[in-house]
Amino acid sequence: MGNFKIFTNGFVKENPVFVLVLGTCPTLAVTTSAMNGLGMGLATTFVLFMSNIVISMVKSAIPDKVRIPAFVVIIASFVTIIDLSMNAYVNDLHKSLGIFIPLIVVNCIVLGRAEAFASKNNVLKSFIDGLGMGIGFTIALVMLGSVREFLGGNAIFGHKIIEADGMLVFVLAPGAFICYGFLMALMNKLSKKLK
Amino acid sequence: MDYLYLIISAILVNNIVLMQFLGICPFLGVSNKTSTAIGMSGAVLFVMVLATIMTFLVQKYVLDAFEIGYLQTISYILIIAALVQMVEIILKKVSPPLYQALGIYLPLITTNCAILGVAILVIQKDFDLMKSVVFAVGTSLGFAFALVLFAGIREQMELVKIPKGMKGVPIALIVAGILALAFQGFTGLVKI
Repeated sequence: MGNFKIFTNGFVKENPVFVLVLGTCPTLAVTTSAMNGLGMGLATTFVLFMSNIVISMVKSAIPDKVRIPAFVVIIASFVTIIDLSMNAYVNDLHKSLGIFIPLIVVNCIVLGRAEAFASKNNVLKSFIDGLGMGIGFTIALVMLGSVREFLGGNAIFGHKIIEADGMLVFVLAPGAFICYGFLMALMNKLSKKLK
Repeated sequence: MDYLYLIISAILVNNIVLMQFLGICPFLGVSNKTSTAIGMSGAVLFVMVLATIMTFLVQKYVLDAFEIGYLQTISYILIIAALVQMVEIILKKVSPPLYQALGIYLPLITTNCAILGVAILVIQKDFDLMKSVVFAVGTSLGFAFALVLFAGIREQMELVKIPKGMKGVPIALIVAGILALAFQGFTGLVKI
């Protein structure tokens, strides 16, 4: 597989949110606005490509039997780094994402890519894969966040688009499930048409 | 009375799956049949209570005592992973029937964010040990309630004609949304 193909793989064809359905918890929880979705997406992207790089570097040194705990420790270190730096530099965003930043550790995408890709490929390819997957995740989160923010508050990224009262339910929990469901159905439909 | 409020709030008002979005992966993954949903719920109840006690003690006597709070995420995930392995080994020896019932769900639990989520929430909310245990029990009962309810609905859905693009996960998500809408009705039932 060419490097470019690996990079774009996560955008549509193997989009972690809409096709692989991994990492649903942060997807549903933090997408109350497009900005939160972007923040969460970028944080996950950082963890994804950093852990992919390190894991592909040390993969030959890790015995096969303890590879999962070893991967988890590597991932957890990067999550701690991003958690502490976000707390220091973007405190407001850190507060609104809350518990879901430490929970990147148990995001199935990160461990999934480590196990399925980084433990079998070289450093450059793993880096590209992590970055591509992260961008795919970010795109999906921003999409979902924009739809919910638009329906719930008639705004995208905080900019009012229509002067009217929003439908509050789309910012609350039920709206997350319903928007995600309809967006996924739409993506299914579109990707079938492309084929 | 406090504890009763805490349990009711964890099950109905702040349901872990439908209101707080923790543990969505098993919620969507093992909800095809009611029997598997019950098995998974049992395993979650067991591990969540144990994990909350363990992480609480580690937080108080190791992380706080030596002022190394920044190691929280790493140490918690390792404790949970080790605990799940240990529970699996012990159950296999001590109670084979229980192991048969819960066994296949145990490895899945390490990546269940509800477990890590509750362990961190308990510390953030500054609960004492007793309160933490009650909270963990309530939360896992809430998880079980939502999961079994959802599995029942999904079993019925097998018989319904669904548009092609909506089949599988999308329709499940929309059903979960309607379920969440129903749970929204409990808002304000108890105040903590």
